[in-house]
Amino acid sequence: MIITNIESIPNRKIVDHFGVVSGSTVRAKHVGRDLMAGLKNVFGGELKGYTELLSESREEAMDRMTAQAKSLGANAIVNVRFSTSSVAAGAAELYVYGTAVKIV
Amino acid sequence: MVDIIFILTPILLGYIFGSIAEKNHYKSIQEREKKFMRLPTISLKTPLNPDNITRSRLVVGNVVISVDYFKRVLAGLKNIFGGNVTSYETLVDRARREAILRLKEDAKGASEIINLKLETSSINKSAKGTIGSIEIFAYGTAIYRK
Repeated sequence: MIITNIESIPNRKIVDHFGVVSGSTVRAKHVGRDLMAGLKNVFGGELKGYTELLSESREEAMDRMTAQAKSLGANAIVNVRFSTSSVAAGAAELYVYGTAVKIV
Repeated sequence: MVDIIFILTPILLGYIFGSIAEKNHYKSIQEREKKFMRLPTISLKTPLNPDNITRSRLVVGNVVISVDYFKRVLAGLKNIFGGNVTSYETLVDRARREAILRLKEDAKGASEIINLKLETSSINKSAKGTIGSIEIFAYGTAIYRK
């Protein structure tokens, strides 16, 4: 599965479109990470726990998107976009969407 | 008296550890930026040169970074007088540069990265509307050539 965030795939030809595919996850942070983050809020610096949490969640959203594209018979996704929104206090939704296509 | 200690300790700790962390972070950012100077990262949607492209791939980089307590207090004071909130300016600057560097590290062996997009979201918003920590997420398409 080839994924890009441009309209085409360089040197390949798009032969079929399958419409928009998307994937999302809603994740909450757990108490241990929250505690460390509270400490970090005093000292400043990177919150590694959150960085990992968010990148894992994005990966999962992308996996769901790829699964959907595969079930449609696509072999690539173009024009992928990410969006983040906070659903409730302490939980964030990570949403990824793109256009499923078939390339040769 | 005890109250004053409770208020001042986090400010002092934040000032000491925060400034050390920021200095070290800037140093490491500058070093790594020099290393990746040869990798063009652009926001154009088309490759610089359409020849010899073997494959392309989505690359990502993200970072969550928090401001220290001293700077938060400083920013709170700035809210009264207005003007540039320098303490938050350096925070977002560091976060953006770090996210782009991680994106470049993800794109090992690429000849260029096109259509770079940056997304900012503030997580852990505290009640008074001040930002506690921000997340910067960078993504783009890495182009590999022969």
